Amino acid sequence: MIKERFDAIVVGAGPSGNAAAYTMAKEGLKVLQLERGEYSGSKNVQGAILYANALEKIIPDFRDDAPLERHVIEQRLWTMDDTSYVGMHYRSQDFNEERPNRYTIIRAQFDKWFSRKVREAGAVLLCETTVQELLRDSRGKVIGVRTDRGDGTVFADVVVLAEGVNGLIGQRSGLRAEVRTDSVALAVKEMHFLPREVIESRFNLKGNEGVVIEAMGTITAGMTGTAFLYTNQESISVGIGCIVADFEGSGQTPYGLLEAFKNHPSIKPLLENSECKEYAAHLIPEGGYNAMPELYGDGWIVVGDAGQFVNAVHREGSNLAMTTGRLAGETIVWLKRRKEIASKANLSEYRRRLDETFVMKDLKKYKNIPAFLHGTRQVFGVYPQLLSRAAQTWFRVDGTDKLSKEKEILKSFRKARTMPGLIGDAFKLVRAWR
Amino acid sequence: MTNVAKMSSAGGKVEEKLFQNRYLVDAGRSHIKVRPHTTPSKALLSLTYTCPAGCYSVNDKGQVEITSDGCLECGTCRIVTAKTGEVEWNYPRGGFGVLYKFG
Repeated sequence: MIKERFDAIVVGAGPSGNAAAYTMAKEGLKVLQLERGEYSGSKNVQGAILYANALEKIIPDFRDDAPLERHVIEQRLWTMDDTSYVGMHYRSQDFNEERPNRYTIIRAQFDKWFSRKVREAGAVLLCETTVQELLRDSRGKVIGVRTDRGDGTVFADVVVLAEGVNGLIGQRSGLRAEVRTDSVALAVKEMHFLPREVIESRFNLKGNEGVVIEAMGTITAGMTGTAFLYTNQESISVGIGCIVADFEGSGQTPYGLLEAFKNHPSIKPLLENSECKEYAAHLIPEGGYNAMPELYGDGWIVVGDAGQFVNAVHREGSNLAMTTGRLAGETIVWLKRRKEIASKANLSEYRRRLDETFVMKDLKKYKNIPAFLHGTRQVFGVYPQLLSRAAQTWFRVDGTDKLSKEKEILKSFRKARTMPGLIGDAFKLVRAWR
Repeated sequence: MTNVAKMSSAGGKVEEKLFQNRYLVDAGRSHIKVRPHTTPSKALLSLTYTCPAGCYSVNDKGQVEITSDGCLECGTCRIVTAKTGEVEWNYPRGGFGVLYKFG
């Protein structure tokens, strides 16, 4: 395929692969990046929110030319029942800053930009090339990959597996176990186009200001999951995702859930008269720290979704992907400078560096949250309904005295969940959160 | 049954959704195959509603079939049937399959 030997091969051109390839190429390493899609981004799906901090550490001046949609000035967290939502909104003028903290992006466009930066830094990118397996020497060290192109083999000192949530290569090579159905969410998403002035008036925005909505409740029909709506410049991303294991036996279709969410009385007016131009689906690894596979070995290293680097509670993934990609790249550069090989022992430096960042600290902190959320279905059904009814009882003025209203609200909670149930749920949440 | 459950079990029109998308179909080379079987497992059967592209259906013999042209390459079917081994899953050949314009 290519006779030349590379310092590193990066499998995949998503945020983690691009971060790794860029970091290494910029430092002068010979990098080959392989991507199965027609271009970087053609197979990638995300909501999507870009967290500036993680990218700033790779490309400090990314704001100069990256395709950014809107910077987020308002976050809306909703719990929904069939007719209502109870919301916690935070909007601040402070988010209209010189270097905004969060942006909405359109991944196919963003990834193309990031990929251009990678090539400008000197990496060789081969698209439309699917990696089929890892090549090993007689002692089992990974020394390259076989692809579906030409004679297919290509060699390097180290292979960075940025292959995404499905991670076929790592799995088939026995580097990690199959992803469990209770550790992964299936999300579907549509892109709805509207004139930008319509979006700005519907969401009370000026210029490039943006709003994001994250929602949970009866919209997931009893399954563990969330929905979202993000404002882009001239489009709205709307989607919903649930844990794969919950779909089994539910009879629910992902597109049926999405239609129901779009038709919710609180969402429908926001999308009115829009034109849908794409329907996408993707898996999100949500098992957290406890689902994390081996992250490195002789001649290989894992970054991004393939390593389960997602903080599901905070809807963070691309920033973990970029950070793990950068740290893997930096570790490989560091070894190269010291003229040391990419052995398992030497690559443990990657894990040491990861442990010092928010990536591992957050994943460790939330390690029991996925099990809590999956084991406490009330969070997605009973509680949103109770909250909505409580709010309605509280706000509706109907001649009932306030003390009676308070008693009615408390009674509704006790009846739906019993006092020990309520205390138990609170206790489990606190214990998982700490 | 809530409104949500009613609407979603009635099902959205997934074909209309897929019609928005761009694909480069690798004609005659489906990247996903259902292994021959007489009775599908519960897991395999669940794909008839869990697959976000509606690729799976039951034929008149009660066997599950796939038409992978509209596949969104999410991998749900791969993970759901990992234990039963009823689905053979590969990525499409380089360059083929779904081409996200927005992602």
